[in-house]
Amino acid sequence: MEVTVNKVLDAKGLACPMPIVKTKKQMTELEPGQVIEVQATDKGSTADIKAWAESTGNQYLGTVEEEGTLKHYLRKATPEEEKAETKHPHVTSLDELSSKVDGDEKFTILDVREPAEFAFGHIPGAKNIPLGELEQRFEELDQNGEIHVICRTGNRSDLAAQKLTEKGFNNVKNVVPGMKEWSGKTNNNQ
Amino acid sequence: MSDAISVKELTKKIINGDSVFILDVRNTGDFDDWKIEGENVEVINQPYFDLLEGIDPVMDKLPKDQPIYVVCAKGGSSEFVADQINEEGYENVYSIEGGMKAWSEHLEPVKIGEVAGGSIYQFVRIGKGCLSYFIESNGEAAMVDVNRMIEQYEDFLNEKDAKITHVFDTHLHADHISGGKKLAEQKNAAYYLPPKDAEEVQFEYEKVRDGDEYKIGETTIKALYSPGHTIGSTSYIVDDKYLLTGDILFIDSIGRPDLAGKAADWVADLRETLYQRYKELTDDLIVLPAHYMTIKEMNDDGSVSAKLGVLYKENHGLNISDEDEFRKTVSENLPPQPNSYQEIRETNMGKVSPEEEEQREMEIGPNRCAVR
Repeated sequence: MEVTVNKVLDAKGLACPMPIVKTKKQMTELEPGQVIEVQATDKGSTADIKAWAESTGNQYLGTVEEEGTLKHYLRKATPEEEKAETKHPHVTSLDELSSKVDGDEKFTILDVREPAEFAFGHIPGAKNIPLGELEQRFEELDQNGEIHVICRTGNRSDLAAQKLTEKGFNNVKNVVPGMKEWSGKTNNNQ
Repeated sequence: MSDAISVKELTKKIINGDSVFILDVRNTGDFDDWKIEGENVEVINQPYFDLLEGIDPVMDKLPKDQPIYVVCAKGGSSEFVADQINEEGYENVYSIEGGMKAWSEHLEPVKIGEVAGGSIYQFVRIGKGCLSYFIESNGEAAMVDVNRMIEQYEDFLNEKDAKITHVFDTHLHADHISGGKKLAEQKNAAYYLPPKDAEEVQFEYEKVRDGDEYKIGETTIKALYSPGHTIGSTSYIVDDKYLLTGDILFIDSIGRPDLAGKAADWVADLRETLYQRYKELTDDLIVLPAHYMTIKEMNDDGSVSAKLGVLYKENHGLNISDEDEFRKTVSENLPPQPNSYQEIRETNMGKVSPEEEEQREMEIGPNRCAVR
């Protein structure tokens, strides 16, 4: 599985506590929202990285095992995004989105999370343009079509919905809260 | 710098009933699943990654007047944390060498008593609650329910200068990987399994049948077919003095019949074994099970044993007169099955041969072979 990341940390061959000591150090150097891939061979690292991420408020995306190497993916989260502050006036709930997904109507789900987050689970058929790339890539979207924007908590999607409105899109809804609470079907990039 | 303590030394302290304070620095999920326990053991959990920059999160929980033993998964993080605690001015801080991995593998030999021409020992795997046995008479020896860490048995055998002739398993185990076949091969001994448990076994073995007798020096080991935990479960009676019950009867609980997915089919067998076959045996037999569940089942000398007559009085599982209630007890509301029990069974059948590291992972966690 191909996962786009901002930083790769090689912690192969290291025993605890070193993979976490190194991850912690690297994490302080990342910008909020950036994604790190931690490569480790210690089997215990999966549970520890996950528990560490949870205790520090970072986002554990998932782990992939390739040829004996465990690749852990983490995203540096910010406290602000948990608040799901919504300034974009048109919002929709996960329930509404869910029934729309099951219906026949044609619409676009725009997932503005990082590719690594998207890779570990997204709504089938969703299009991924990370928030940071929207400015350059908004023309890939149909300006007159109906667009539901989703992220993890509703925060980044709110910013994306505002940006699209500025660009002249007039049928944009922000899905709140977001993938964090989504219990419907997901795909991942295997 | 902090000091280190071996799991052997720690085991001795716990068996002695010493007051032991343990700081477990594994992640909380692993801690909740399985931890060091003992009569006078106090154990607290704070993951090492909360303590990388100092021990503030646990400072007010650490005792000043007694040793602090720090444990992690393999021994690296505990050393790191122990050093941190030591730097804060605590003198008596020890990292447990090899961590929970070593703890789960340590075997402590405890002498149970005499047999004709020799003696019988119980190996207590304190970290997992598994019990295995060594019976020696006039330089010959047999072993029962051997765990996979055969080097530790070999060290003991060399010390005792005994030649192993027979290696028995009471049944096809689902909670730990048997070292029986491997030990038998290395020592040119015969490996015995009950054939009804071994239908899918991929290697050569000797068949144990009800009533078979084996001479070890002057001692006699007699097989008693006693199904219920598995369809083949067989007990061994040594010198008409000791009853090795496998996973059929424990000190404070009885076996569960569901680990091969056969709860309904095997309940009647289990009942017959416990309420008829064993009942016909003499009350003076000393019951030696293959497991114990809690440290409360341990005697003062660290052994796990009790007279059959006492168990018929005190073990709840032997005192359920109503058959329907018995069926419910052993087939409904059971505790979760042991971790990886299917993979462990397949390993013990020789269908898969995982690497040592993987075998270790499969066995990690508590033992769950019994119902109360």
